[in-house]
Amino acid sequence: MARKISILIVDDEESVRDSLYNWFLEDGFRVECAENAKKALTILESDQFDIILADIKMPGMDGLEMLRRIKSLKPEAIVIVMTAFATVDTAVKALKDGAYDYVTKPFDPDDLTHLIRNATKQISLVDENETLKKKVVSLENVEDLIGNSEAMKDLLREVESVAQTNSSVIITGESGTGKELVARAIHANSPRKFFPFVSVHCGALTESLLESELFGHEKGAFTGAMYNRKGRFEMADSGSIFLDEIATISTKMQVELLRVLESKTFMRVGGNKEISSDFRVICATNKDLKSMVEKGTFREDLFYRLNVVNIHIPPLRDRISDIPLLVDYFIKKYCTSMNKPPASIDQAALKRLQEFNYPGNIRELENMIERAIVVGDGKKISLKDLPLEKTIVSSSAESLDDFEKAFVLQILNKYSWNISRTAKALKVDRVTLYHKIKKYDLKPENQ
Amino acid sequence: MPNITLISFGYFEKDILEKTAEAVVNEFHASVNLRDGHLDLSEFFDPNRRQYNGNSLLKQVDSISFPDSSKTLGLFNVDLYIPILTFIFGQAFLNGRTGIASLYRLSNERYGMTGDNEFLVDRFKKEVIHELGHTFGLIHCHNSTCVMRSGTYVEDIDQKNQQFCISCRAQLDLHPDFQI
Repeated sequence: MARKISILIVDDEESVRDSLYNWFLEDGFRVECAENAKKALTILESDQFDIILADIKMPGMDGLEMLRRIKSLKPEAIVIVMTAFATVDTAVKALKDGAYDYVTKPFDPDDLTHLIRNATKQISLVDENETLKKKVVSLENVEDLIGNSEAMKDLLREVESVAQTNSSVIITGESGTGKELVARAIHANSPRKFFPFVSVHCGALTESLLESELFGHEKGAFTGAMYNRKGRFEMADSGSIFLDEIATISTKMQVELLRVLESKTFMRVGGNKEISSDFRVICATNKDLKSMVEKGTFREDLFYRLNVVNIHIPPLRDRISDIPLLVDYFIKKYCTSMNKPPASIDQAALKRLQEFNYPGNIRELENMIERAIVVGDGKKISLKDLPLEKTIVSSSAESLDDFEKAFVLQILNKYSWNISRTAKALKVDRVTLYHKIKKYDLKPENQ
Repeated sequence: MPNITLISFGYFEKDILEKTAEAVVNEFHASVNLRDGHLDLSEFFDPNRRQYNGNSLLKQVDSISFPDSSKTLGLFNVDLYIPILTFIFGQAFLNGRTGIASLYRLSNERYGMTGDNEFLVDRFKKEVIHELGHTFGLIHCHNSTCVMRSGTYVEDIDQKNQQFCISCRAQLDLHPDFQI
């Protein structure tokens, strides 16, 4: 919702102040009055006003001097000057000194309405501009790349340094580690940030569809091509193109991609005009491209063309210390998007989350938190809200004993330390279970 | 239920006053008293502008108190102004107890057209309801058909309805005068 616009009226005539005060109040503005320039400047020291409506002729400091002082303190202030004695000279002087407009008393009600409507439109545009700028800055801060671990700090340093270059980048990492986020972070921190970031999921498209998607097509190029269509390379002009799952593209597409990367020119499918586009390529894969090159399934020349910089994202199990931050981030994210009050997580649940091995990485953790927010009581996420029953094992399980300890503890927790039910679930007798508890010194989590 | 007093200063056709009072009763579900007021309007006349000072008249009407009335609206048939504006149709104290409205600039004849009593009465009803709306704390509304829409020409008044929009009506219903 738009905020309430504020207006300061500066005029030595009480009747003028009263008239304008009532008029603007009825329009829903926040209004204050000052009987001279000195008082107005004092008010402006402690309060902000969007519009200042000031008389030119006032005893003491006149409106033009006040205008100059306001403008030197706050250049973006909208000051409208009014006078009963209009002369072209004073009008020109006021406008040269930065007045937004100049009106002669008395005004036609319609003129006043239009004047204020135009000024409020300008204020809205300035507000909108500020908001958008803040959004861009927040992009630069890469808010979505969460983590305080050494691995994450190294990754952020790499992103920052590679962003400033124009080199091709290959991002590697397991599925769900956030490869596209890293690609977006590189783009958002690069000189190309004000231009498009175009993402293509190569694995989701067949060869012919991918060709038309990347290069575009001309009307009639194939059945169903009813219109000319720009390709993703064309759309990414001056920006970045992100090719996800690059390892899945066919040999033919590899050849075409190599040619485009080398010349930065291409033709639309069915077209005969060469199109050039200035884009930066960022690729991602969860496969080992080098071994694919050795096996001959990925072209070596394309690999070297793409692999100028390689950024590897570690799996979540290798940066367990980031889990509390990530959990906190996802809780806030989903509480906000679901219009729920801010929730928290209890220690036992958080501890359990840190013991999990996350084959699906951050995406899996995110889904768990989203689910917990949906099914939970809305205040605190606890163990019962987390879908961890099938989970086996902590990443630190290096021996069979470690594994057994973690597994037994997990089942005990699942059955709230009910020995009979746990023993039944583990298919051992109660005595054996007691032995295991003693052997591994297992205790309920709240003790 | 609020008690509203409409007090007329100067000559008005009885028909206009009765129809206006009826419209106020319907829109505010209030009891309405029609009274005759007596004022020497020459005290409020500005010979340079050949108009009547709306600020002074509003204050004058505000000084007249009717113990049985929560809102009072002064009705005039003279050209009103406030010092900063060339003219006004009416004005009121926002969330106060008093307002004023004038018939003077609402007639077709004022704009070189053939007189139409129906238009005149309709415009006056809207103007009176609009100013009374301000006394109940309503500000100008962006809904083009709401009676609280700001109007600086008679054409603006013609375009809006005599009724409050849903949003203004909801706000009005929350006013203490309408609480049972």
